[in-house]
Amino acid sequence: MEHIVIIGNGISGITAARHIRKLSGKKITIISPESKYFFSRTALMYVYMGHMKFEHTQPYENWFWKKNRLDLVNGYVTKVDTANKRLLLKGSEEIGYDKLIIATGSKSNKFGWPGQDLKGVQGLYSKQDLELLEANAPNKEVCKRAVIVGGGLIGIELAEMLRSRDIPVTFLVREKSFWDGVLPSGESQMINEHILEHHIDLKLDTNLKEIVADEDGWAKAVVTDKGETIPCNVVGLTAGVTPNIDFLEGSGIELGKGVKVNNFLETNIADIYAIGDCAEQHEAIGNRRPVEAVWYTGRMMGEALAQTICGRKRAYKPGHWFNSAKFLDIEYQTYGWVFSDRSKKDHEQHFHWRHPKEKICVTIAFHKDTKQLLGINTFGIRMRHEILDRWLTEERTMDYVMEYLRDANFDPEFYAQYEKAIISHYNVEFGTNITPKKKSWKRIFSNV
Amino acid sequence: MQIIKKIGLFIFLIGLIIFTILPFVGQFELSSATFDKVLQEKGISSEIFIQEMEKNVVGKEFSGMHSLSPKITSALETANTQHRKNMEYKKVIYTGPHDMAAAVGKVSGRGFIVENKGLMWFLTFGLGILGALLFIIPDVVLLGQKGIKNNGIYHENATNRGWIAWMVFVFLVSFYLVLYFRSEYAVNWTYLVDPISEFLSGNAAGHWFVYGFMYCTVMTVMAVRMYIKYRHNMYQMVRTTSVLFFQIVFAFLIPEIMVRLQMPYYDFKNAFPLDYDFFFQWNLKSLLNSGGIGLFILVWGIVLTLVIVPVMVYFFGKRWYCSWVCGCGGLAETLGDPYRQHSSKSLFSWKVERWLVHSVLVFAVGMTLMTLYSFFTESSTVLGLKTQSVQSAYSLLIGAFFAGVIGTGFYPIFGNRVWCRFGCPLAAYLGFVQRFKSRFRITTNGGQCISCGNCSTYCEQGIDVRAYAQKGENIIRSSCVGCGICSAVCPRGVLKLENGPLKGRINPTEVLLGNDVDLMDLVNKK
Repeated sequence: MEHIVIIGNGISGITAARHIRKLSGKKITIISPESKYFFSRTALMYVYMGHMKFEHTQPYENWFWKKNRLDLVNGYVTKVDTANKRLLLKGSEEIGYDKLIIATGSKSNKFGWPGQDLKGVQGLYSKQDLELLEANAPNKEVCKRAVIVGGGLIGIELAEMLRSRDIPVTFLVREKSFWDGVLPSGESQMINEHILEHHIDLKLDTNLKEIVADEDGWAKAVVTDKGETIPCNVVGLTAGVTPNIDFLEGSGIELGKGVKVNNFLETNIADIYAIGDCAEQHEAIGNRRPVEAVWYTGRMMGEALAQTICGRKRAYKPGHWFNSAKFLDIEYQTYGWVFSDRSKKDHEQHFHWRHPKEKICVTIAFHKDTKQLLGINTFGIRMRHEILDRWLTEERTMDYVMEYLRDANFDPEFYAQYEKAIISHYNVEFGTNITPKKKSWKRIFSNV
Repeated sequence: MQIIKKIGLFIFLIGLIIFTILPFVGQFELSSATFDKVLQEKGISSEIFIQEMEKNVVGKEFSGMHSLSPKITSALETANTQHRKNMEYKKVIYTGPHDMAAAVGKVSGRGFIVENKGLMWFLTFGLGILGALLFIIPDVVLLGQKGIKNNGIYHENATNRGWIAWMVFVFLVSFYLVLYFRSEYAVNWTYLVDPISEFLSGNAAGHWFVYGFMYCTVMTVMAVRMYIKYRHNMYQMVRTTSVLFFQIVFAFLIPEIMVRLQMPYYDFKNAFPLDYDFFFQWNLKSLLNSGGIGLFILVWGIVLTLVIVPVMVYFFGKRWYCSWVCGCGGLAETLGDPYRQHSSKSLFSWKVERWLVHSVLVFAVGMTLMTLYSFFTESSTVLGLKTQSVQSAYSLLIGAFFAGVIGTGFYPIFGNRVWCRFGCPLAAYLGFVQRFKSRFRITTNGGQCISCGNCSTYCEQGIDVRAYAQKGENIIRSSCVGCGICSAVCPRGVLKLENGPLKGRINPTEVLLGNDVDLMDLVNKK
């Protein structure tokens, strides 16, 4: 029986394992040093905030693994011997494989800041990071202030977590406005405001220069490039993540930023594949980045690779880009591509609407000449994935999108609807005279 | 703000303590004139009982129900034993010993509590309401921005099965045990609400009136909490208003007013088989003897169960009843909301749930068939089983223990829908309709799920919502009561409760939306 070994029990590795099991009876072994059972990394914040217990982050009950003959090994792979198809584990245990899937995910970025390895300085990625945070910042008495370095999705999550325990937070963001490398300016501005509403000391356009230690080797303050010294007990380093592939050095597997793979998620060595955060495409797919550290793409790669491994060779062919996040209380969804002011393409034009009082806004990107829909960002409004995906495939125009916007709304029943305001704003801005069509179940549920 | 909350908690606890002490205090004295009245009302002809009562109770002063009650119950039991032995069945008293103690106690109360009903109401209910509101309302400010406010639920003792939760558990269980089995100890409570009861129905309050009044009070106060916590969520606001309205108007006010108008006591929204004694002989007789309105209720009750309920479930899912109208659901969604996370999501629990809830349905329907058979044929047994024994067994096991003691008492430990999930026969019936023929579903939004587990954690019905959502499948489960919390707590906008065409409602998916693995190819290979 063919033996598939998967290094890493995150969403990519586990998705691959589940789908291989669905399609075949192969022997499957999953190796991870992080946790015995698969858990949802995205939910770690909720454990610290007291919304859940750690066990709630585990999507499958503990009996699931044995029942589905997925062998779990708690171990840390130190070396891949590609010639003999063997893995060397810490503690000199060895495991042989017929096919190897590398799904080791990411680790937090550290950019060589002085003091980055002091006690009290940490990232937020793994289960161990969560445990560390619980020890470093159990309450506002122990942690009198935390400084977070890096204004991305993890940074704002960490800020929300610490604020849930009333810990004062200073948030250093390199950009002039929060996440403005990704978000258009109107949206980024709105999130700036929302961060301040949550009593987070947001310092834009500010970089970390140095972390100062006390006599016991703990972080006691942060020095910024503005010359400010901020006393603190915890420093969160959340300036992005990078593929977790150090153990592959010298294995012969081609590495770049991540593990280099082709469209089929194959590495340069036969029978070795890489998926998820740690994989790097030789050539980026569409507007995507070569390394995609996103939950959904990890899952998709797992789904696609399982097909290949089970003899139905399939390329990793992600469809229209989508993603979502939550900035404190504001939900964010995106479908297709809406670029920031900085990386906007020449032909890309934006339509932006923001609610006069609430923290709700929409940005729709379209082609300047053809008016074809390119993407949509919504904040505080939920959108129906299927409809947006369909519109992107059908290359619908802005006028069409506006006319049928109600079909795309996915907010709970009885919620206030903003289509009217959005469309009248659109009509004024573009001199059109569009009246919104009533929402139609028939259109929504017709899968054509 | 924190200080106001603390003061509120303090006031609430004072009210609660006074309320808890009441069953053990108070003066009771039964005058012989009052005793005669009781004898007359109850039609008692047992000379043994009368003698015993006159010897031990009448004219004597008792301090606290615990000193009075044993005298009455033993008098009654002694009398009945003797009469049964002598086969003097006409003299046997069919009022239960504790009901008798409650009835006698009610007319024997003397002293401060009875003379200061208004004040006593304020010291118990009044302080409780005031304190609770002072505790709850500062959250308008303290919770900050609109949004999901579940911070600290698993850090708080009260909501994480700590000692406070266990105290609440003990209190609720004891309260229900008193209501169902030792109603004489509720006599002092009935005095507090006598003025309200007399205003509504013209009668003095019994312990079920206390319960009904308290139910409405608790729901109202805890609905204020819901309004504050979910103020960003219109679905929750509307739904909470709806359950509150149906509880106060349909379950509480209308039946009382009907009594005042000499009509039968009836809750128009309480559908069989949740309303399990609807077809009991005494109820049918009472309805048939009440003229036009009785007949109307009889027809309404049957149409409600056979037509209205399933048709509405077809259009809206069982939520229209379970989390918009029903009283049990109403309490669960208000008082029970802080405990919703405790329902077990394991596969094992789901198995137990299916066996249990459907067994209760079979039990309820079987019992009712026996009842109707007995009613029409006027025989007291069916296939050798005594109809009345089966009815009593159901009333005790399901009506009192499952729905009451366990259903509500276990909130802080097993979550707020224990009864609705494991025991309610109506829910089981609606579940069939919802599962097999309904427009209702919780739509999963394509591939947006991140498996975080908020939805499953906060599902009060113990549905592992995430298991469906992370596969891109819609959630179609007979037990779902459509409370809408999964959709509310989802950080990524993945879930939406909606009613739509039946076609495509159940949508097993091979590969999630967003992944263009050649789907047609996949299908063809199958």
